[in-house]
Amino acid sequence: MNLELETAISPEKLRRVAIDPVSRVEGHGKVTILLDDDNKVHQVRLHIVEFRGFEKFIQGRPYWEVPVMVQRLCGICPVSHHLAASKALDMMMGVKQLTPTAEKVRRLMHYGQILQSHALHFFHLASPDLLFGFGSDVAARNVVGVIAAHPEIARKGVLLRKFGQEIIRMTAGKRVHGTGSVPGGVNKSLAPDDRAELIKDIYQMVAWSREAVGMIRNLFEQNLAEYNEFGRFRSAGMCLVRADGAMDLYHGGLRARDIDGNTLFDHFNYGRYWEVIEEDVKPWSYMKFPFFKSLGPDEGSYRVGPLTRVTQCDSIPTPLADKEREEFMAFDGGSVTGATLGYHWARMIEMLHAAESIKDLLHDDDISGHDLMATGQRQERGVGVIEAPRGTLIHHYRVDENDLVIRANLIVSTTHNNQAMNTAVREVAKKYLNGREITEGLLNHIEVAIRAFDPCLSCATHALGQMPLEVAIVGADGTVIDEATRDHRGLTHEIHNIP
Amino acid sequence: MNANNIFQLDGEDIPFRSGQTIMQAATHHGTYIPHLCWHPDFAAHGSCKLCTVKVNGRFGSSCTTEAQPGMNVENRTAELDDKRRTLLQMFFVEGNHFCPSCEKSGNCTLQATAYELKMMSPHFDMFYPDRPVDASHPDILLDFNRCIMCSLCVTASREVDGKNVFAMGGRGILGRRIHINSESGKLADTDFAATDRAASICPVGVILRKRKGFAVPIGERKYDLAPISAQVKEAAP
Repeated sequence: MNLELETAISPEKLRRVAIDPVSRVEGHGKVTILLDDDNKVHQVRLHIVEFRGFEKFIQGRPYWEVPVMVQRLCGICPVSHHLAASKALDMMMGVKQLTPTAEKVRRLMHYGQILQSHALHFFHLASPDLLFGFGSDVAARNVVGVIAAHPEIARKGVLLRKFGQEIIRMTAGKRVHGTGSVPGGVNKSLAPDDRAELIKDIYQMVAWSREAVGMIRNLFEQNLAEYNEFGRFRSAGMCLVRADGAMDLYHGGLRARDIDGNTLFDHFNYGRYWEVIEEDVKPWSYMKFPFFKSLGPDEGSYRVGPLTRVTQCDSIPTPLADKEREEFMAFDGGSVTGATLGYHWARMIEMLHAAESIKDLLHDDDISGHDLMATGQRQERGVGVIEAPRGTLIHHYRVDENDLVIRANLIVSTTHNNQAMNTAVREVAKKYLNGREITEGLLNHIEVAIRAFDPCLSCATHALGQMPLEVAIVGADGTVIDEATRDHRGLTHEIHNIP
Repeated sequence: MNANNIFQLDGEDIPFRSGQTIMQAATHHGTYIPHLCWHPDFAAHGSCKLCTVKVNGRFGSSCTTEAQPGMNVENRTAELDDKRRTLLQMFFVEGNHFCPSCEKSGNCTLQATAYELKMMSPHFDMFYPDRPVDASHPDILLDFNRCIMCSLCVTASREVDGKNVFAMGGRGILGRRIHINSESGKLADTDFAATDRAASICPVGVILRKRKGFAVPIGERKYDLAPISAQVKEAAP
């Protein structure tokens, strides 16, 4: 990992550029860049400026309330928290095996979530950069611009997301923040009418997901050198895999590989995750920095999410997505597997996998079964791990004899990627900003690198396209040299040269 | 029923038996008067004031005012519903009512009444009172955060269960609360049982069966099926 630009030697002599907030990501964060008089970059940091207290205020609450309460962390992928908490409390209840209907309904809910979240990110948040160029006219570089220039692509993105949200509504009761998953199982199965409704459209969703994979592949083919090198760095990685090594986004053992691709641990029981992962803290960020214990805090950071999952699994258990995985791995001699923008390609392969999995589940009669709950021998603690859209998500609870939560630890996907995102923006800053006059287009390159990870910086709702942006370049003596502003509509950018 | 025993409720003829209150007669007839502390199985408490109506132009609690022939009663007027909305807002800010993660959501009288009266926000500053939960009982959780002091549990435990498990005590908005009648003050040290009438009487999310939360899916909960004003017959005496 690149730590060279984390802390400047003499920051007081440098001027500061801030991207605050970073836009077209979930939640709120900012990037600060310290430059000298020749615009040479000395320090780059991605700061997470929000503080969330869920681990604290869940304490003292009854455990069955947890899956419903903690999902309020997020408005984009609440199902991930809903399911990770449920899995942790399954373990606490001693449930080793859910009923077939319960597991399949939860999986359906999860794949619906993967589909809607990946579609949202690719079509709404990332496509403006990819379709128009990283430094293109900011007035058009947004989802409204995509709708105007590529209405068919935008329409498919909207409908893919809608389909995923409908699955969530039908399995959890609401599109956002439902109650379907409960400790030990689910409270409903898929109603026959809902099942028929989904079957009607699923083949179209699979087809559109395939098109989306083709679209990002084409973009790579057209911009191979730039895409491959953009924010590129070598990284370790971690994800869940199935017992046979195949991708499994709902359940499995932990697999980790180091920077050279050597296995650090494989099929590791996530119920003891603290034996392999530790969290570091830095004074300038509210987000922790997890690392592999065996490698230590300086060398042990890693990546999670679509790129890691697609490259570290042995196969994908649905045929179309697995074929795309093989092509992705072989493309240009495997070069894309290490590219930061490879996240987009891997994300679309996963969206295809989710669509295929949904199709299979809809044709399985267990999905509308009636045996919903399992029981077991009560334990003191429970750990639930799931592959959320953005990566490995860990929920860990201890519950007392009166059924109240006494301890909670959550390591969310974006936290795992903290160091990786910082490294990516440093690589981009070195290559694109060093020695150049700062413009909005150049600053957007930093955001493009962050967006590749699809971070959920607060795990909260976002204000898509409405985030005001202020960038100020302050000289070593404290005077403002340049200032860039964007209004609340997110449509205009102006650079003022202050005399 | 005496043919003369009729009063007017928002212009509608409501028949009543002698001795019935306005609330009892209206409920029997199927007409909804918003209320929280009144329950058809128990004597009126008259404390929440949500059922306040105008009887011949004067305010009165419909749960404690006896029906009389020829009365003109105003119920769902803009003026009265506005006052009820304000009362509801005060109920919400006095306690810790977090509907998004409350297992009573969809089955809660307070929430359903707030929807009925189109309460869109708490309006007032939240009190955030410190009300610890009592999880000592093996089958029942008491989450006092949501208590609206309706006293139904006190009455049910005393009159139906014959146990006197609950009592109202203390003074002032923050001091007044439900007490548990045991040496330790804990429910586990009483003879309270999950089969008691008091265990199922709470209109909000205070007295809860443990390990049963969220068992009923969204769409099938009581007030998902119909608004509270359309479920009056179920509460008829």
